[in-house]
Amino acid sequence: MKQRVVVVGNGMVGQKLVDNIVADDTGEVELVVIAGESRLAYDRVHLSGYFVDKTSEDLALTDEGFYEDNQIKYSLNDKVAAIDLAERLVTTTSGRKERYDKLVLATGSYPFVPPVPGHEREHCHVYRTIDDLDAIMASADCSEVGVVVGGGLLGLEAANALKNLDLKTHIVEFAPQLMGVQLDANGSALLQSKIESLGLEVHTGKNTEKITDGAERRYRMEFTDGSFLETDVIVFSAGIRPEDSLARETGLALGERGGIVINDQCLTSDPDVFAIGECALWQGKIYGLVAPGYQMAKVVTSHLQGTDPVDFKGADMSTKLKLLGVDVASIGDAHGETEGCKSFVYQDDVNQVYKRLVVSENGKKLIGAVLVGDAQAYGTLLQLKLNGIKLPNRPENLILPATGETNQIGVESLPESAQICSCYDVSKAQICASVDSGCRTPGDVKADTKASSGCGGCAMLLKQVVDHKLVQLGIEVNNHVCEHFEFSRQELADIVRVKQIRTFKELIQAHGRGLGCDVCKPTVGSILASYWNEHVLKEDHVTLQDTNDVFLANMQKDGTYSVIPRVPGGEITPARLIAIGEIASEFELYTKITGAQRIDLLGAQVHELPIIWKRLIDAGFETGHAYGKALRTVKSCVGSSWCRYGVQDSVTTAIYIEERYRGLRSPHKLKMAVSGCTRECAEAQSKDVGVIATEKGWNLYVCGNGGMRPRHADLFAVDIDTPTMIRYIDRFLMFYVRTADRLQRTSVWLENLDGGLEYLKDVIIHDKLGIGDELESDMANVIGTYQCEWKVTIEDPEKLKRFRHFINADEPDSNLAFVTERGQKRPATKDERIELKEVAS
Amino acid sequence: MSAWTDICRVSDLVPDSGICALYKGEQVAIFKFETERRVFAVSNFDPIGEANVMSRGILGTLGTDTVVASPLYKQHFCLETGRCLEDENQWLKTYPVRVHRGQIQLREGLPVPEQTA
Repeated sequence: MKQRVVVVGNGMVGQKLVDNIVADDTGEVELVVIAGESRLAYDRVHLSGYFVDKTSEDLALTDEGFYEDNQIKYSLNDKVAAIDLAERLVTTTSGRKERYDKLVLATGSYPFVPPVPGHEREHCHVYRTIDDLDAIMASADCSEVGVVVGGGLLGLEAANALKNLDLKTHIVEFAPQLMGVQLDANGSALLQSKIESLGLEVHTGKNTEKITDGAERRYRMEFTDGSFLETDVIVFSAGIRPEDSLARETGLALGERGGIVINDQCLTSDPDVFAIGECALWQGKIYGLVAPGYQMAKVVTSHLQGTDPVDFKGADMSTKLKLLGVDVASIGDAHGETEGCKSFVYQDDVNQVYKRLVVSENGKKLIGAVLVGDAQAYGTLLQLKLNGIKLPNRPENLILPATGETNQIGVESLPESAQICSCYDVSKAQICASVDSGCRTPGDVKADTKASSGCGGCAMLLKQVVDHKLVQLGIEVNNHVCEHFEFSRQELADIVRVKQIRTFKELIQAHGRGLGCDVCKPTVGSILASYWNEHVLKEDHVTLQDTNDVFLANMQKDGTYSVIPRVPGGEITPARLIAIGEIASEFELYTKITGAQRIDLLGAQVHELPIIWKRLIDAGFETGHAYGKALRTVKSCVGSSWCRYGVQDSVTTAIYIEERYRGLRSPHKLKMAVSGCTRECAEAQSKDVGVIATEKGWNLYVCGNGGMRPRHADLFAVDIDTPTMIRYIDRFLMFYVRTADRLQRTSVWLENLDGGLEYLKDVIIHDKLGIGDELESDMANVIGTYQCEWKVTIEDPEKLKRFRHFINADEPDSNLAFVTERGQKRPATKDERIELKEVAS
Repeated sequence: MSAWTDICRVSDLVPDSGICALYKGEQVAIFKFETERRVFAVSNFDPIGEANVMSRGILGTLGTDTVVASPLYKQHFCLETGRCLEDENQWLKTYPVRVHRGQIQLREGLPVPEQTA
């Protein structure tokens, strides 16, 4: 019989437990989830993104489909009102009853609001749920000044949110310094001065007495020292308290100051009830971070499954984050409270950097650290502390600016069990195993193990572990295109551009060896097309191309081809639609609408392609380049010309962009989209280049991706006008064409670009490399030499010669066989072929 | 041994690429290497992708082998022996081929070596 497990609460930790149980499915557990909020679990760690560019969908950690697929019963907006420990039965506020074999309390915490008179007023909020954020946004709409009460980690996040909402922002803290838990006084002072330089005001040592009506602003906060501050909005972020009221009423053991007491198995005082996450108290401690909660979820999963049980052994509370743009990290005993400990301190007031190492009395072990302004050393320092590794002879080198000597500990000294990524609990051994199984770059390993895909704090360390493992395996970390060229794609592109090389033959004779292959030929073909834009079927180039480029169509599994005419911006007249329909029906082509707002015609044979294209061109179409590593399409919504909500003309802009960049050959295919308002119906944030209309102009997004490894695009520029947008896109595309690897989409390209998004902005927006004009003129050349490849082809008898199946016979490929499905043809399967043959004979 | 059959003129082939010929009911892919002044002929049927497409593959060299890459799934086949470099159980039938008085000529194909699987 299945064990029935009821999980109370669907925060990040509750959801982690559900994910774990589903992943290790033994078929022995029946899950029931009771969630108090109106939506399923979401990412609270990145909550402030909701004020910048994230939606609640982006933050979601799961969805209804997951629950349905795995047959997990769940309810939203429902809380457990009572637990009957003897009967093992819970009753919810809606009156439902659920029997359990094991109960898991993952009720989380609630924000502490100091009981000052006036705290319940309309524009006073807390900062924990998406509903809270919606309320804060609504208040901000009718306000100018905001105050955050609490200068801890969450308080600073909230302050960032208010700043993003364009409020004049104040931080009020009871203690004499910000982030008192994580930082020492000097680190905190530097953080404060950095925050103040951003225009925020920090008030420390202030105890709020009451909130009354204001004279200038909506409210007045009166402090016990007699001073006051006026504001329109107040957000309380003064710490969290464990949500233990249900446990209290049930009679489970609680700590003196709250929290559900658990043992090493995460069991409460009742042997059938577990508690995990921020509601749980282990050895007198509440863990207010997500990683320890995840560890508890892992512990409970192991005990529920019964195989290989593990215990909770406490968790490290070290943390690294970016607060208001400032890098801050804290490790272990940051305050140096350990008896006999000693410190190394590096302070740089010019560049605003503060670093402190706290080491053991004998100077051999690291026990704590504070980093403000530059937290690069975090990964290394954390590993030194967690694994008790002996410090180098001069520990100060770990925090001093690089002087040529290496500051890093060798990753070889880390034990196999060292946890590299704490968000997803990935060990050094798992990363090495991933490299063993064929992953060759940090990006590959990230996709394989999820390491570094949470907070990203371990990215540097991940790269070191991967590189070290590759060296161990004797794998040279080389990016040569293939055995014929000892150059990367970027280097080949530079050679072609600088030496003005026009053909593959010239290039391989001067800079390569041998005859080439199916890797370097199309790569060079693409580079030549990017710079010189000659027709791909010119005799010098035709043998370099993949079959798709040779026949200007996409080969399908049976050797037939697909035809996709360009439909710029997805706008098409009824007459053209009819023309496509007539041609498709005459040539019996299978017809399907693509995801990119155009029409795919499949099943065309080589000899039919020129005839079909002649008809399409006569009807006013041109090639859609669906066969090339090139710009595919610019998707658009209907925009301000029809839509009630549209604020800009997205269709006209999309057509303009598509016609500008059509035919541009690139390292991989390119997709773009333009949305006419923030509702984003064109899904621009999943494209290589995405444009979203604002009241003032356009927001430009870059390097998004759908497909196998979806990536949300990064916001690149805000509220820019059309000429600026076009200039940025010109430069962005040409920079990508110049520097990307073969078959590297913009998403992976950006992830591998040293300096990442900030560097890209420096190059494109601030023209740091001084190549802006050059990139624009390269692009102008491509645009100026555009020709419809199909139009040129059907007008040239020489080029048409190859569009026949046999050189010495007029018949088509006799091997093709089709069957009809839903009124259209499709290739016959192997079994169907045999049947067709039997019928024929 | 069968006689040589005329297929087409050498000038019908674009250097460093392939064409497909119909020879006694069989589809044969013929390739011309410009630099090596050599011609190769193998079966046009891709045994892995199961379609008549080999003549549309890209030519090249890998180590010491002269190869054509399948346009479907990119496996490489040695043009001299027909052997698949990625899967030793897959072969292309090879055909004797020559250039004679400006004509490409074919003779009957050689049997595929016994499969070792």
